[in-house]
Amino acid sequence: MSVTKSEVQPVRTEQDIVLARQVVRKLTQELAFGLVDQTKMVTAASELARNTVVYGGGGTMKCEALLEGARRGLRLTFEDQGPGIPDLTLAMKDGWTSGSGMGLGLSGAKRLVNDFEIDSEPGKGTRVKITRWK
Amino acid sequence: MDRIPILQMGEFLLVTIQVDMHDRLAMTLQDDLTSRIEKTSAKGVLIDISSLEMVDSFIGRMIANISGMSRILDASTVVVGMQPAVAITLVELGLSLTGVQTALNVERGMERLRADMAGKESDYVGDEE
Repeated sequence: MSVTKSEVQPVRTEQDIVLARQVVRKLTQELAFGLVDQTKMVTAASELARNTVVYGGGGTMKCEALLEGARRGLRLTFEDQGPGIPDLTLAMKDGWTSGSGMGLGLSGAKRLVNDFEIDSEPGKGTRVKITRWK
Repeated sequence: MDRIPILQMGEFLLVTIQVDMHDRLAMTLQDDLTSRIEKTSAKGVLIDISSLEMVDSFIGRMIANISGMSRILDASTVVVGMQPAVAITLVELGLSLTGVQTALNVERGMERLRADMAGKESDYVGDEE
């Protein structure tokens, strides 16, 4: 699997969440994703970017265009140095939230992509990696 | 500060969301709409989201909140024009917008609001008899 394009985006403010959506929309269009696939990836990015801002205290989003054999994909990595998630199993549950949201961010984003990886260490931060193939 | 305009047409309020909303803008719209319903005694709210290319859980919650709040303030809400890709994504995300009235386009949405109003009036007449 090779990375054909890579860029890093700051995710610190509410405006950055909007920007992240626009960047991901553009990349999925460049990769010729169908409209539904584009929308799913943009929505997942929006959920994770918001988590990065609200719970992680800000961080970054790395976008990587992937090529594996004949198939193309997009991988997004959201990273923050925030408080981390003490109980990942609980955080991945539908409807569970430590804040004021609906608790759909992580579990919902997972349903919208093909691969979902999460690493979190209390006190160190959180990294969420999602991939969607065309 | 930017705001999403709310238009009044008779007893209805119309909102067309044409920008990619940041979270605070969505919250402002929610507050603005509820105070306008109270001020104008509007009986219906029509929200056109046909330009929205994405609805995530935050915007979805805002839509559900507006619908719930306006119901308590005696106004019906209809959300119109959701793009199919957005609808598919919303359901997969886990948000089915239960209790939110929807219509395919503005015209049908207006019909729905008028029907709701007619329904309320006939209920009222019925009570008096």
